[in-house]
Amino acid sequence: MNSLLLAVIGIAMVLGGYFLYSKYLASRVYRLDPEYATPAHTQNDGVDYVPTNKFVLWGHHFTSVAGAAPIVGPAVAVIWGWLPAFLWVTLGTVFFAGMHDMGALWASARHRGQSMGMLSGRYIGARGRSLFLVVIFLLLLMVNAAFATVIKNLLIATPSAVIPTWGAIVVAIVVGQMIYRWRMNLALTTVIGVVALYALILLGDAVPIALPEDSAAPLWLTILFLYAAIASLLPVHVLLQPRDYINGVQLFIALGILYGAVLFASPAVVAPAVNHNVPEGTPGLVPLLFVTIACGAISGFHGMVSSGTSAKQLDKETDARLVGYFGAVGEGLLALGAIIAATAGFATLANWEEVYAEFGNGGVGAFVSGGATIVNAGLGIPGGLSATILATTAILFAATTMDTGVRLSRFVVQEAGDLMGLRISKVVGTVVAVGVAVGITFSMGAGGDGGLQVIWPLFGTTNQLLASLTLAVVAVILLQRKRNALPALVPLVFVLIMSVYALIVQLGTFATNGQWLQLVLDVIILVASLWVAFEAAIAMVRAWRGPEITDDAETAAASASAGGSED
Amino acid sequence: MSTVRRWWHGVSEGLREFYVAPYRRTFARARREEDDLFTLIVLSEALGVPNPASYYTIELLPLIHERVHDWHTRMGMDRSPLENVSCC
Repeated sequence: MNSLLLAVIGIAMVLGGYFLYSKYLASRVYRLDPEYATPAHTQNDGVDYVPTNKFVLWGHHFTSVAGAAPIVGPAVAVIWGWLPAFLWVTLGTVFFAGMHDMGALWASARHRGQSMGMLSGRYIGARGRSLFLVVIFLLLLMVNAAFATVIKNLLIATPSAVIPTWGAIVVAIVVGQMIYRWRMNLALTTVIGVVALYALILLGDAVPIALPEDSAAPLWLTILFLYAAIASLLPVHVLLQPRDYINGVQLFIALGILYGAVLFASPAVVAPAVNHNVPEGTPGLVPLLFVTIACGAISGFHGMVSSGTSAKQLDKETDARLVGYFGAVGEGLLALGAIIAATAGFATLANWEEVYAEFGNGGVGAFVSGGATIVNAGLGIPGGLSATILATTAILFAATTMDTGVRLSRFVVQEAGDLMGLRISKVVGTVVAVGVAVGITFSMGAGGDGGLQVIWPLFGTTNQLLASLTLAVVAVILLQRKRNALPALVPLVFVLIMSVYALIVQLGTFATNGQWLQLVLDVIILVASLWVAFEAAIAMVRAWRGPEITDDAETAAASASAGGSED
Repeated sequence: MSTVRRWWHGVSEGLREFYVAPYRRTFARARREEDDLFTLIVLSEALGVPNPASYYTIELLPLIHERVHDWHTRMGMDRSPLENVSCC
């Protein structure tokens, strides 16, 4: 199979989904109305609720949801062959992710921009809301451990990425100063920032830094967590804001480089379509594929971004199609790029099998080495430099996710403290949040070595669980309006069954290996999953049997309670 | 020429929005917290807390008057805690 053909088929599938299926969803299922006054207009406050140009909003939405996850998941999952991962990413994007993200936007925009947590409280019940908080907490708990492991693996595998990884922090701080202190033109600042980042990549390529082999893993993890703790305590305009911005721009450049290289090199996919010769210890394709690739096929995190922020900025309700559905398409394309890099960037099948010698072994490292070969062949950039570019890109995504992850975990710890009547300071909250993440990371193996194969599927499962909750809310709203709820119900049932199945499979693995912390986490997520299924079923039966609720009645009710509290 | 300028203006505006929007809420919150502290300082004498700078802050009372209602409801007080400032 030629990778260019694979890319063309994949792109055609997701674009077909955008032009056909999202049109159907917009007109028949969600019935988006260009005349509907969105919360951005009715509640315009210049802060959260601001009508925003749909292309700019798409840019935010896409860069908020895209990160390292759509690279890591597919790069791990191609161990079962390229075809299962390809089909799950493309069909998942078209029928699951696009529908889910657009649905979350629509549901939120029809309810004064309320977050999914609030909506689950309303449509699934008070317990639904508590459940939502529990799932978010679990997701945050794992995201920091998972991404720290990803970065650590990359820093060890690609020593040339060390300088650009840490240098990017300085670039971000300087960019922040250029904008806030020196008030420089943003377009010019952007160019300077990106050029500086690529200069650091060149420098890093010339001066690789490798830590002593036996202490590299624990050392990098310690430095990473220390950095994340400090970064999350700094004022956002100093580091996080410019860092997110430069990363957003870099995301588009990296995607351009990768797809441009595939276009010119069009290498053959050396990995088998379906791998019948998987290494010993690899779990079954069903159900693990469907939780290994979460972002890129369907991800609950998107629902949080859609309902929490993007919905409050929709200028017209019909923009939900571009912002929500095409946002998912963008992420699907990133995942597709990862699949191609991790399957086509190797000279022979034997080389590929060497990299994928164990489950969880290939992962993002395979994306970097495979992608580098393709970029080298397609654009003529030396292999080592290409690897540095891709490794830096992946690390920067993972690092910004970690920065935000630690910050959000701290908020959760502080809120939990408030509920118990304790006032927890910023520093103590951060120490607790980072401490838990460090505990999980180091419990996965000596010195935090390896471990991605353990934490990644658990992370994916939690993400799917969150998606199930959003889909359940969307399904209940559709059932109440007596519309076709199947586009939400089919993904909901599929994702829930696969998550529960995967949790049971992993439970056996953890028990056999004696990984008790993971076992406890698994049991908690399993209970939450079954609970979601139970609550969602009750709410849906109630909505199905209940009277029809029209959009007009809903709008009237919303405006009547407009003075009520917001999340 | 004007088309190019308009295009450049559009790109700059788009980039600015791309930079500012994700953190708009964070900054608005931070600003509100600072304003709250300022409000508290200006109202301190009226709330019974001696304020050595009240000679100066008393002049600012009319300026923060509009914000008092928003402030006390956010602080969890349904009614104004001040006898001489009754906003609701």
